[in-house]
Amino acid sequence: MPAQRLLHDSLLGACEGEGATKTAVIVEGHARSYGELLDAASRLASALRARGVQRGDRVAIYMDNTWPCVVAIFATLLAGGAFLIVNPQTKADKLAFILDDSGARVLLTDAHLAREYRAALDDMSDPPPVVASGVAMPEAESFDDVVASAAPLDARVPVIPPDLAALIYTSGSTGNPKGVMQTHQAMVFACGSLVEYLRLGAGDRILCALPLAFDYGLYQLLMSVRLGATLVLERSFTFPAQVFARMRETGVTVFPGVPTVFAMLLAAHGREALSFPDVTRVTNTAAALPDDFAVRLREVFPNALIYKMYGLTECKRVSYLEPELIDAKPGSVGKAIPGTEIYLLSPDGHAVPAGEVGILHVRGPHVMLGYWNRPDLTDLMLKPGKLPGERVLCTQDHFRMDEEGFLYFVGRTDDIIKTRGEKVSPVEVENVLHALPGVREAAVVGVPDDVLGQAIRAYVVLTPGATLSEREIRAGCAVRLENFMVPRDIVLCSDLPRTATGKVSRKALLENPPA
Amino acid sequence: MQNDIAGIRERIRAYILENLLFTTDASQLDDDASLLERGIIDSTGVLEIVMFLEEQFGIKVRDSDMLPENFDKVDSIARFVARSMVSA
Repeated sequence: MPAQRLLHDSLLGACEGEGATKTAVIVEGHARSYGELLDAASRLASALRARGVQRGDRVAIYMDNTWPCVVAIFATLLAGGAFLIVNPQTKADKLAFILDDSGARVLLTDAHLAREYRAALDDMSDPPPVVASGVAMPEAESFDDVVASAAPLDARVPVIPPDLAALIYTSGSTGNPKGVMQTHQAMVFACGSLVEYLRLGAGDRILCALPLAFDYGLYQLLMSVRLGATLVLERSFTFPAQVFARMRETGVTVFPGVPTVFAMLLAAHGREALSFPDVTRVTNTAAALPDDFAVRLREVFPNALIYKMYGLTECKRVSYLEPELIDAKPGSVGKAIPGTEIYLLSPDGHAVPAGEVGILHVRGPHVMLGYWNRPDLTDLMLKPGKLPGERVLCTQDHFRMDEEGFLYFVGRTDDIIKTRGEKVSPVEVENVLHALPGVREAAVVGVPDDVLGQAIRAYVVLTPGATLSEREIRAGCAVRLENFMVPRDIVLCSDLPRTATGKVSRKALLENPPA
Repeated sequence: MQNDIAGIRERIRAYILENLLFTTDASQLDDDASLLERGIIDSTGVLEIVMFLEEQFGIKVRDSDMLPENFDKVDSIARFVARSMVSA
């Protein structure tokens, strides 16, 4: 295989010789070869070029985990562009924000998401052209027709490794999502580091039932293509029995999950025993895996190495624990991924001794370039490093390191809530609550939950005379927020606790909830 | 009455409207709309529906029954419940 400098070099490499006939992706049971993937992606790439996409331009992909989504990712790269994948649960307002913020040149989407994308485009002064998969839509070109009628690219588009490959939008404590800029070289590096420590090979069959909009899901695809392995792509974990059946059918060897998925899997195992002897690697990230889960997961995955990992979109992945150490180092998320370095600093920038809490810093080629359009937020996260001009990632997360250098998560320094493995900004939810007629004030916190990790609870104060019910408040949220962001609990109260400066105190809400 | 499929369908629809769409406006949900594609259900949503069905209709839903063909539409859920009540 030739050198992988660009993210899509992996696809070109996988298609060499016999490789083109190998199964690249099994999407909801349908096998698609590497040759088919390259052909479709190359045709769509030339169609994107014809619609104005040039080197460095952004292409928005607002799609479910489908074959068109996989094609769209590689087509954007082949066209010289940078892709951004928007979670299909995203509602119109936020989609419009992301389209506008990224300056997306084209929107690739699914017809069944028309309710939301139409409303988003209506809000925009200069909406991008739309290509939609599925049934014909009057405002969109048909994805299948566009791919079928375009000729494959006739020459490689010149792109170099420091060019932008993707914007990965992530929730921020300020409320609006921000686009993490990742270059080809950073993503190629991260992919290589991951496949190395996960000990993956061309024979693996990697499950992806996590959204491709989530970098953890996306990298299952990128790793699989890099190896010339096979990705088993499922829409979601909504119907676990279907995912389990597909895993058995296709002989899945790698199972990536988040704690909520493992909680559901273990609950199902408690009702009807499950066993997946073909699975040899199980990975967890996004939130801590409770120690007893690891023990019980061995019943379900008797032949698997279990990896506990830690990461954030800003550098893809920070650390992993060698699976052989899972009993020796309970609670630890291990050490830096290969080719990178981590260290803890005090708030004033000094090294922190073993056993004491410090702020996690990450150094390596996988660190983001910054946030798209947000130099102010970039400066909070990227700090000058050891070498002149170098920037290291200051994660703002609190960790402890033991004498042997193993990392233990202590807490976050912001108010971000982690529910079902997703990051939720309380401010984003509060903004939606505040916009509801009848709401005077609202504050949102995360409360512990066995399955969700944290559940979202909103404390709401109504304006005098307003008669909003809890259900009406949740309905108002569901229209504008992704499902996982809609508060599970709405607590109506007469006032909210405040700090000395008059700001609503989330800390006080957690310690002394109002009745 | 309980075995009447139209009656079953109405109760399921009302439950989904109220608990997953947080509304009583029936025009928000067609009986043959895909709950998944509309973004109405996710994994916890399916479990909520299952608990409701077990409680209200006295049926037992096995994990292996929790498939899109049984749970992706109001219509298919109603047919699944009717079948389960006959075989119970």
